Amino acid sequence: MYLAAEGVEHHPLVPIWQELVVGSIAFALLCFALMKFVLPRMETMYQARVDAIEGGLKRAEAAQAEANQLLEQYRAQLAEVRTEAARIRDDARADAESIRTDILAKAREESDRIIAAGRESLAVERQTIVRELRAEVGGLAVDLASRIVGESLADEARRKGTVERFLTDLESAGAR
Amino acid sequence: MSGQLVAAEGLPWPPRVEDFYPPDLAGPWVTKFTLMIWLAVGLLIIFFMATYRNPKLVPSKGQWMAESIYGLVRDNIAREQMGKDGIRFAPYFTVLFCFILVTNLFGIVPGLQISPNSHIAFPIVLALISYVMYLYIGVRKHGLGRYLKQSLILPGIPWPMHALLIPIEFLQTFIVRPVTLAVRLFANMFAGHLILLVFTIGGFVMLASDNLFIQVGSIASFLMAILMAFFEVLVALLQAYVFVTLTANYIGSSLADEH
Repeated sequence: MYLAAEGVEHHPLVPIWQELVVGSIAFALLCFALMKFVLPRMETMYQARVDAIEGGLKRAEAAQAEANQLLEQYRAQLAEVRTEAARIRDDARADAESIRTDILAKAREESDRIIAAGRESLAVERQTIVRELRAEVGGLAVDLASRIVGESLADEARRKGTVERFLTDLESAGAR
Repeated sequence: MSGQLVAAEGLPWPPRVEDFYPPDLAGPWVTKFTLMIWLAVGLLIIFFMATYRNPKLVPSKGQWMAESIYGLVRDNIAREQMGKDGIRFAPYFTVLFCFILVTNLFGIVPGLQISPNSHIAFPIVLALISYVMYLYIGVRKHGLGRYLKQSLILPGIPWPMHALLIPIEFLQTFIVRPVTLAVRLFANMFAGHLILLVFTIGGFVMLASDNLFIQVGSIASFLMAILMAFFEVLVALLQAYVFVTLTANYIGSSLADEH
């Protein structure tokens, strides 16, 4: 059935050179076609898939990390805000305290001043009244004395001295 | 019975080497074998172009099949044998693997029923490419002198042993490797075809016998032929795998820094 047509003897370990040529060309063509158009895309796809899976995991991890970081940041900010608020409250309290003491001090000062002024004017008034009273009481006393004694004291200077002395005696007696 | 007798009369018995050389179809360039090679090339190109015309991240069935082959070669051969360096060779290994596998499987495809690799010319072409490849890569990586030194001189051996070891290593790296690569593939396909011939044609010859006992015995022969056909599928796959694995191993050893 499979008798060699021309009766050529073949040795199985001796290659037919035409087959070497055909094999080389055909295999080269196959390599060219697949390695140029198909397999690089396959590797790209392979990597893309690895990326899609591992990348997805990585992205999730990154998102998680970012979320954690944000949370941490918010917490830090919150703590900061809380201390800030506490600080502001403390400041306000301190301010209020100082303002209160200021106002109190000022009020006390004012009241002291008013009291002092009152006292002063009282003293002045008293002086005035005392002086007027002195003059009046002196006049009255002299009038009374001249009426009693029946004679007017001629010497003004002497009269004044007498009244003064009398009044001073009176004062010192009153003070005692 | 007479039909079988006619068939048996036309069958050559016992199988001979000439059974592997069918008459040329149109000169030495167009033979059953060259046509099978073109068929394999055509089928593979069509298969990969069709399944990878429009690749998607979530693959279709065809794309998944094509990728499984690539993934097998990439991860189980290239990376296994060569580490991370192997991945850039994975496309070539995939082509090589597919080509050998398809041509091997022709051995049991009805109508073809012989593997082109049972003609040594085709294994020679493939082995020669691997040979040139691993030599070229070794020389390019290390320079000629260092590559030779690394290939021939084993480190940590007392110097008189080198007189013995250098020729052995030379034979091993530069002659035995490519020859065994080609002959292993060729011989497996040759022997496989021969076994199928023995059991199939033997079955017909027994059927044509005048002895009823021998005629019944032909059933065993046919069953054996079927069993061997399945066995040939295994051999086809295994030989493709071995050829590519060894090529990867040789290229890997050319790239390696130590012996």
